[in-house]
This record gives sequence, structure tokens and C-alpha cells, in this order.
Amino acid sequence: MAAQTRVTVLGAGVAGLTTAVELAERGADVTVLERGARVGERACSWSAGGMLAPWCERESAEEAVIAGGEVALDWWPAHVDGVVRQGTLVVAPARDSAELARFARRTSRFETLDGDGVAALEPDLAGRFRSGLFFPDEAHLDPRAALAGLEARLAALGGRIRFGVEADADGAEGDAVVDCRGFAAREAFPDLRGVRGEMLVVRTRDIAFQRPVRLLHPRIPFYVVPRADGLFMLGATMIESAERRGPVVRSVVDLLNAAYALHPAFGEAEIVETRADVRPAFPDNLPRVETRGRVTYVNGLYRHGFLLSPACARAAADAVLGPKEMSHEADRERRRA
Amino acid sequence: MELYGVEIDSRLLLGTAQYPSPAILADAVRASGAGILTVSLRRESGRLREGQDFWGLIAGLNVKVLPNTAGCHSVKEAVTTAQMAREVFGTNWLKLEVIGDADTLQPDVFGLVEAARILTEDGFEVFPYTTEDLVVAERLIEAGCKVLMPWGAPIGTGMGLNNVYGLRSLRAHFPDVPLVVDAGIGKPSHAAAAMELGYDAVLLNTAVAKAGDPVAMAGAFKLAVEAGRTAYLADPIEPRDMAAPSTPVFGRASLA
Repeated sequence: MAAQTRVTVLGAGVAGLTTAVELAERGADVTVLERGARVGERACSWSAGGMLAPWCERESAEEAVIAGGEVALDWWPAHVDGVVRQGTLVVAPARDSAELARFARRTSRFETLDGDGVAALEPDLAGRFRSGLFFPDEAHLDPRAALAGLEARLAALGGRIRFGVEADADGAEGDAVVDCRGFAAREAFPDLRGVRGEMLVVRTRDIAFQRPVRLLHPRIPFYVVPRADGLFMLGATMIESAERRGPVVRSVVDLLNAAYALHPAFGEAEIVETRADVRPAFPDNLPRVETRGRVTYVNGLYRHGFLLSPACARAAADAVLGPKEMSHEADRERRRA
Repeated sequence: MELYGVEIDSRLLLGTAQYPSPAILADAVRASGAGILTVSLRRESGRLREGQDFWGLIAGLNVKVLPNTAGCHSVKEAVTTAQMAREVFGTNWLKLEVIGDADTLQPDVFGLVEAARILTEDGFEVFPYTTEDLVVAERLIEAGCKVLMPWGAPIGTGMGLNNVYGLRSLRAHFPDVPLVVDAGIGKPSHAAAAMELGYDAVLLNTAVAKAGDPVAMAGAFKLAVEAGRTAYLADPIEPRDMAAPSTPVFGRASLA
């Protein structure tokens, strides 16, 4: 049997775990080094919405999100349980109907709904919105459950995660290193910046949504992602700042006002969690997979961690294991042996 | 165009918020030829200087930066934000916004005059975001402002010039003060109309940032501002009620 390529992955966020699983499935011996004490403790993907919504995201993102997003829509259901493919519903208050028209002009693969159509999809929104857009091919998942699923999958493939380890790419062992540390790897990328995001999790039994709902608003773009046990993730702010302190009052007020505008029952919901973190982003807000010597960097996933990490993981695995991108003669020899 | 002793080549001022990405912002700035960029300071960013990555991208565009106090609702908040902005951006220039009404984002002109006086005494060169009110404009100039920036319409509405009469009066009353229409510009024709009124410049953000193709729209605004300015200098004709043929009647064949 051929000797396995030993790969060290830095970071157990969504970029690190998707890459680790992809590598392990292709036969690599994978060790993940994570500074936190457990998966998610210090990863910005713990705060993610978990929307696999490439056509909606195209409203403000480059065309590349669609191809990457289509990869994600196949990759996630093949690797974790709990991917719900019920689409995305986009609505706007009557006063902001121009925002809905604008959103429709910038996007594709949607159906236009009237008030009855909105109510048929989400009965709790009956009578509240006269029009909406439905993106039937989109999906969502619970990011925390998905990361746990990847952790289990990696273990089943013989890979391992070492927690509480601060490591950089130069000092890491292995034939190859994949650096997925996000904003912590900023010394490797002078043009990487932080984009702060704030979110809440609330609980209510008075509302049941089948799918993420986006409420368009000229000042506060807002979405709600339903999760198990009556939980709803409310997100998320986009602030050009790398500051990590907890959510500020203004952001929380804006998000809760938007939730209340979507459905008044959110006014009685219990606030379960508030959280803020920093997304790593490049100037074009698109991710990069870049190999320098034995180190491959995956970074800049911005607000598209779950949407674009599978495509990045594939590219990183190609870079590490694929014959064309092989940078180490020794690895090539070993695999031929 | 000279603003606070600084010669500025372009009569277009561009805001830097709401673009799809910093890369598109940079391309739009280049396409617009803007001479000044406004940048708002989030106070949480300013304190820890953690927003420096974004400022670094803007500084790299080599365009003069005009920090603003966007979103401030009181004199104290605006003054504090202004002082942080001076520290972060290293300039005395300041676009002063003191918002009085949350729905319309209408300036609180009383707070504006007070903050302008405090900041001018503190060495700032203030660009006040104001209404077209003549008396407020007088008070701002008394407070030390050497540029005035009246609104065209409420921020982000894209409605254009809501009160052409008021803007024309302001121009007539202050022939020697640089006047910039700030806010409400939605289309290049609005910018051209402001320039045709004799305004020295226009400041806009949303109209470019939220356009389907921000870079192309930035180029369209560049052309419109140039067209409007050129038209103003060319002394446009006055409208009149009586039709007048552009082809002379004299010498035409008589069939009678």
C-alpha cells in the first residue's frame, strides 16, 4: 500500500474541516491543529447563518459565488445530516417594495410570489407581505451541527484534531500544510481585512419557518434562519472593522427591530445568545486558495464560509494531492511507490 | 475648485459606503475621477483603530479624504467623532452631519451650527451637511464654515433636487462660497442639473454604490458633472413662453 501523504491543517473552522475531510477522503493522513479547546469555540463559522444561497448572494457578490455555491449544494448533503433544501424566501415591507424589484433585477432562479404565494410557503407570514421572491434551489443547515458532523466524519476517516494548539504554517509538521486560520493568518496576506459581524439567537414557539427568510430594508439587510427546537438565528451586521468585542446595542436594536417587523411574535421571543466575530475578506470579497511551497492557504471566505468552503476544500486538496499541482518531488515519488 | 485653500481637480465627491466590495469601490473611484472621498468613522472602529484595513484601502487610492460624522444625532456625539476622525485620518477637514430626524435623516440645523462653531474653534475645516435654508447658511458662515453642503433630497432617496428654487436662492445669496449639493442625487441628470444651477460640486454615494454596475455608473456621473459645469459656464438660455423659430423666416419662398 502506498504511503499516505501527511497533511497538517491549521484551524478547525469551516474552511479547515471541509479541507480536512476532503483530504482524508482522498487518502491523506490528516491532522488538524486548532487553537480553541473544541470545535467552534474560536471559529467565526460558529456565528454563521448556514445559508447555502448562491443565487441570493449574487445580489451583492461576484458571479463566482454561483459556481462555488452549486458545489456546496452537492457537497454538504453528501457529508453531513440536516441539510434542508427548502429554498429561500425574500420579502420586503410594502414601503420598500422598490428594494424587492432591485433584488430581483440582480438575481436569478427565483419565482415571483404574491401575498397568497408567500402565505402558502410560510403560513405564519400570511397577510403580512403582498409580494416576495422564492429561490427554490437554495438550502440551509445548522452550522454548529454541520461542524460537529465534519468532526465525526474526519475521525471515521482516521484523521484527528488536536485542540489547544497555536501553530503557524512554518512550524507545522507534515508533507504539506493547509493554513485555514482565517483572520489569524493575516500576516500571510497584507490585503486581508476583517469585516465584523454581529448576530443573535432567539427562541420562540409562536413562529415556524421552513426556510431562511430575508427581509429587505434600505438600511438593515436582515435574515432569519430557522433551527431546531424553536431557535432562530438573526443576522447579521457587516461592519468594516476587525474589532472583536461583543455585539453593540445599536446593532442588536437594528436586528431585533427587523425581526419584529418581519413578525411581531419575535417581540416575545427569548434571547438565547448574542455573538460577534470577524470575517476574513480580500478586497474583492472572494476567497483564495494559494500555494506557496509546501503551504496552501485557504482564506478570505468573508460571509460565505459554508457556501464556498467545499469548492475551496476541493481546490486545496487538488493543490496538495493532485499531480499537476504537486510541489514536492518526494510526495510524487511516494505516491507512485 | 478651491476648498479651504486646497485646489481640487474634480467637481465630484464620492462616498465610500455600501459598495459590493472594496475592489469595486476602488474601480468606481477611478472611473469617477472623484477629487474627494468621504469616509464615515464608526466610533467602535476609531477607538481601537481596528478599521484601519479599510482606511488603508482608501488611502491607497490617493484621493483626498473627507471624514464625516455620519449617523451622529447630537452635538456631543458629532464633536467626539470628529476628534477621533482627525486622529485616525490626520486631516482637519470634516464633513459635519448632525441628524435631527431618524426617518428623513434631516439635519438638526441648530445642533449643526453649534457643532460647527465648536469644531471651527478647535481648528477643523468644516463642510456642513445642511438644508437649503438661507438663514441657517448665514449662521454656518458666521460659525466659521467656508463651504456649504445643502441637501438635494434626503440621504439615500435618489429623488434628485427637491427644492430647485431654494437651491437657486442659496446660490444667488452666496455667490462666493463654494456650494456642494450633498445627498439625494439618484441619477446623473440630477448631478448635471445641480451643476447647471451653478453649484461648485456634487457629493453622492448610494447612486453609484447601489447601481447594478457601480463602475459604469461612476463613469456616467463623471460625464454628467462635466456636462453640467460646462453648460453653466456656457450661459444657458432662459426658458420663455413664446415659441421662436430657430430657422429664420426672412428669405423663405413666398407661395402667396
